[in-house]
Amino acid sequence: MRLLKYLLPGVMLLGFVAQAQSPTYGVGRAPTAAEIEAWDIAIAPTGEELPDGSGTADLGAQLFLEKGCAGCHGTNGTNGIAPRLVKNDVGEVDNAWRYGRVLPIRSPYATTVWDYINRGMPLGAEGSLLADEVYSLTAYLLYLNDVITDDQLVLDQNSLPKIQMPNRDNWAQVPDWFPGQPRLEGYPY
Amino acid sequence: MGPKKQNRREFLKQGAAIASGAAVGAASQSASAQLPGPEGFLQGRDDIVAYGQRSRFIESKRIPHGGRHSPDTFGLDFHIATPLQDQHGVITPSSLFYMGTTRGSYIPDIDPEKHRLMIHGLVDNPLVFTMEELKRLPSVTRMHFVECAGNRSNRRHTTVQETHGMTSNAEWTGVLLSTLLKEAGVKEGADWIVAEGVEEVKGASSIPMTKAMDDTLLAYSMNGEPVRPQQGFPLRMLAPGFEGIFNVKWLRRIKVVDQYYMTYNDYGHLTQDPATAALGYQIGPKSVIVHPSGGQTLPGAGYYQVSGLAWSGGGKVARVEVTTDGGETWFDAEIRGEPQAMAHTLFAFEWEWDGSPCELQSRCIDEIGQVQPSRAEVAEFWNQPADQPPRVRGQDNSIQPWRIESDGSIHNAIA
Repeated sequence: MRLLKYLLPGVMLLGFVAQAQSPTYGVGRAPTAAEIEAWDIAIAPTGEELPDGSGTADLGAQLFLEKGCAGCHGTNGTNGIAPRLVKNDVGEVDNAWRYGRVLPIRSPYATTVWDYINRGMPLGAEGSLLADEVYSLTAYLLYLNDVITDDQLVLDQNSLPKIQMPNRDNWAQVPDWFPGQPRLEGYPY
Repeated sequence: MGPKKQNRREFLKQGAAIASGAAVGAASQSASAQLPGPEGFLQGRDDIVAYGQRSRFIESKRIPHGGRHSPDTFGLDFHIATPLQDQHGVITPSSLFYMGTTRGSYIPDIDPEKHRLMIHGLVDNPLVFTMEELKRLPSVTRMHFVECAGNRSNRRHTTVQETHGMTSNAEWTGVLLSTLLKEAGVKEGADWIVAEGVEEVKGASSIPMTKAMDDTLLAYSMNGEPVRPQQGFPLRMLAPGFEGIFNVKWLRRIKVVDQYYMTYNDYGHLTQDPATAALGYQIGPKSVIVHPSGGQTLPGAGYYQVSGLAWSGGGKVARVEVTTDGGETWFDAEIRGEPQAMAHTLFAFEWEWDGSPCELQSRCIDEIGQVQPSRAEVAEFWNQPADQPPRVRGQDNSIQPWRIESDGSIHNAIA
């Protein structure tokens, strides 16, 4: 056990420098490729986990009704019991934050919209949408928010991450975190 | 025959004369002359022998928090606050532990034999563990609080359950995430992890590798029993001192990644203001007086032990101060027990109330020197206009004032 004690601080000092490490305990097993693929649902802003498939806003408009989205979010995405999906009508603004807390306009990345529809919708049947359907519904919400203007634009694993959301560079990163650091430099509280 | 015996004979004769009709009266007369005993005696029952229950006289309970009922009409649980006012130690009973979920959630009904944790992504050896395998690995047992970002006192709140009930503290046992990450072999450039649960929305949060490798714990035990379903059974993550949503419940997957993933949970923290982002991450130094607190009544002037809880996401509690005159004079409170990092810490202060109106407050100073601020101090720091109500940026760690009136009633005195 002594070896382990010294190993950990060493790893931390090196800043997790890559050195192929061999397991110490030999507990657990390697997952299969199929097991990884089935659970690998968090989508990076760069889109690397996005699956094959494609969709358009035109198709999404139909799915929005068929899949029951409109039942909770309202037929316009503005008038339901569930959260609003269309930016508030505040006219042309130079800061997209003024459109309100609406995922498909506020999020810096379109991947977050795809990810959340895929993992969390529709309520009670989460995970039931096919990849094509998620692409189309994402396209439709981006279309409703004027992020894209062509309802025939094809979104897929290549084009979706390239969508330029208005807040792409307009948000505050969380600070780098290290043990024992204050919350905010210069803030005594 | 002495007078005593004479009296006794009189009593017995009298008692016989009024035998049946006055039996209840006789009993109550006898009881009023001595201190009360139990209401009765409970026969043993197989179910209570097997699994204990609290006294029928104790009705302490959690309440929905923040205006949305739990369960809601769909049966989703969202935010539920713990009854701090009924607690005297530092451990929150698991049955009363505060609760929060992503979006509102059903509680997954998980067979621990079938539960798996997967670690993959930028690692040399992706791994899947059963619960039994996780329990074979070296474990740690630590006290840690968890606190919701929405634990924010406001003027409408009357009790400490409403102002501060979205934090709780438990003893957790599990395996350090660093143990598992080392077993998997973290590759270069792996600066983040994404931790994900199995609930229907699969709540996922991005966490920096520095935190994952420092003290992040995957707990399977809580207060001496398996972690309860509302708290993430059979496995939950604890990112000690980070806001509640980072403490992923029903944990099934850790993906080691090279970037901040902007998951839906991360999106919930999104802000334009760098200060707000920083202050909504690691929880600040914080404390609250629990006894006495809002909604309670002091029976009269005299001695009281003022006590409460202090904590910080920055480490151990170093000191707690108490004022009874609204912040004019501060006294050191006594720390009860040994403070532990990112854990509720009990403090107490001996107080003689003279019966006149006054205001109690406490403030926490943690081991890295952060000081719990008043709302006025926060407003001054950010140069907020005096005519606007102070808004504490990020997670609210401001001082909670309790005003005591001369009739002993206690009220939330937040500005």
